[in-house]
Amino acid sequence: MAEILSIEDVTVRFGGVTAVSGASLSIGQGELIGFIGPNGAGKTTLMRVITGVVQPQQGRVLLAGRDMANWSVSRRVRAGLALAQQIVQPLHDMSLLENVTLAVGMRHTASPLLSLLHTARGREQTVARELLARVGIGDAADALPATLPLGFLKRMEVARALALQPKLLLLDEPLAGLNQQEARAMADLIAELSRQGQTILLIEHNLREVIRICPTLYVQDNGKPLAFGQTQQVMADPAVRRAYLGAAA
Amino acid sequence: MAYEITLLTTMAISVLFALSLNFISGFCGQISLGHAAFLGTGAYTSALLTKASVPFLLTLPLAAMTAALLGVLVGLTSLRVRHDFLAITTMGVAFLFVGIVRQQDFLGGEIGVSGIPPTGLGRVGFLILAISLAAAFAAFSLYVRRSWMGFVFKSIADNEDVARLLGIDVPRYKLAAFVVGTAVAGVAGALYAHHFRFLAPDSFGFIESVSVLAMVIVGGIGSVWGVAFAAAILSVLPLMFQFVNDFKLLLYSALLFAMMRFSPDGVAGLVRRFLVTGPRNRG
Repeated sequence: MAEILSIEDVTVRFGGVTAVSGASLSIGQGELIGFIGPNGAGKTTLMRVITGVVQPQQGRVLLAGRDMANWSVSRRVRAGLALAQQIVQPLHDMSLLENVTLAVGMRHTASPLLSLLHTARGREQTVARELLARVGIGDAADALPATLPLGFLKRMEVARALALQPKLLLLDEPLAGLNQQEARAMADLIAELSRQGQTILLIEHNLREVIRICPTLYVQDNGKPLAFGQTQQVMADPAVRRAYLGAAA
Repeated sequence: MAYEITLLTTMAISVLFALSLNFISGFCGQISLGHAAFLGTGAYTSALLTKASVPFLLTLPLAAMTAALLGVLVGLTSLRVRHDFLAITTMGVAFLFVGIVRQQDFLGGEIGVSGIPPTGLGRVGFLILAISLAAAFAAFSLYVRRSWMGFVFKSIADNEDVARLLGIDVPRYKLAAFVVGTAVAGVAGALYAHHFRFLAPDSFGFIESVSVLAMVIVGGIGSVWGVAFAAAILSVLPLMFQFVNDFKLLLYSALLFAMMRFSPDGVAGLVRRFLVTGPRNRG
């Protein structure tokens, strides 16, 4: 199985605080891995190391075998990384369709000159409409983000990330803020994307849904990797139960 | 007739200048409070060159280049600071420009540059050139807004962090906006120099920078038609009415304030709202 992402012994310190310590994780082609851990476990920090917002003091992150050290965020995206953020960030002056269309057209937006030479958007809009339909919000394509509920915007984030045709789709708490029914539907959507062959790293607090859809789990606690393996084995691990569930129960 | 030609030429130069700022601030969302420095760079470049017997038309691209060179420098700082901080940094550019030019004897120092030779195009020919350049850049602006570049600019103006996540190399696009906008301001400066045939450093300071920003905001930031309209009107009012000239900064500031309060998207927004909601309200 080809490795899409490998995180090797990554450590991040903010001043005297160690947010992530010795994290190692690898994701193969087509895998769906659930990344869990209690609050303050360093999940978001590790996610930011992957997207390039935070630079690690130690260790490296490889995307399809290439070390991404010192790559800008946009370069990582062009190399095959896409992120759907926890706090939804639609471009507010654009309809959902335009939000996704801009991502679909990444071929045209690679450089200012290329972007200046192209005006037609028809083909990209068609693809964007299909993507919005695929995540279940095709009917809202022409609406502005401000008029829509959170559930729609969460799905738009996913559609916009998919539009980049990523090798690896990073989902940061896609279920957060959704009610139980919406969360279940979103989890079903993620599982469906996985079945279609999309490689996904899912950071999520909603343990029930993560256990339901993810065959593999990576657990981090206090910045340190705690367990990495098959979901059932990981959940049976006493250390995981103590750190994660014990705190919650 | 000569008076009308003067008014129309002033108008055309102002439209070109305001549209150049609109490209940076309206399209790409990078606020600049020092845009007059680029007008000045173009004006001084062109004036000194024609005084050294370089043909006027040849000085246009050279004025564009020197202004764009300074534009790249300022653009590079725009990569490090955003929003209010960018506004303050660019304000500094306006003060720096005036401060430096005042000290340079070869730029005429405090006294400025006079005796700028005529262009050889005649008054009407010069007017036609100014109108053509303004019209050409307006057309280019309208095209850019329809292109993928305009699409990208809109996303950067909206939220540049999201633009990065969509694979957009934000720094390169910002620099592109600064290069185009400042180069065109340089061309406007070359026209300015040969329209008034006299340059003084104070003409390119903070007040002129605020005036052009007022034109962009009153017209409707980002709207090519709105900005062109506002620049045309606001540039000739001080020439037609003495009291407007006397209280220019006060009036422009009041107008700016009123627009921000009642119609943040400017005249263009007013017209759009009238066209969209007006008939519906009446019907």
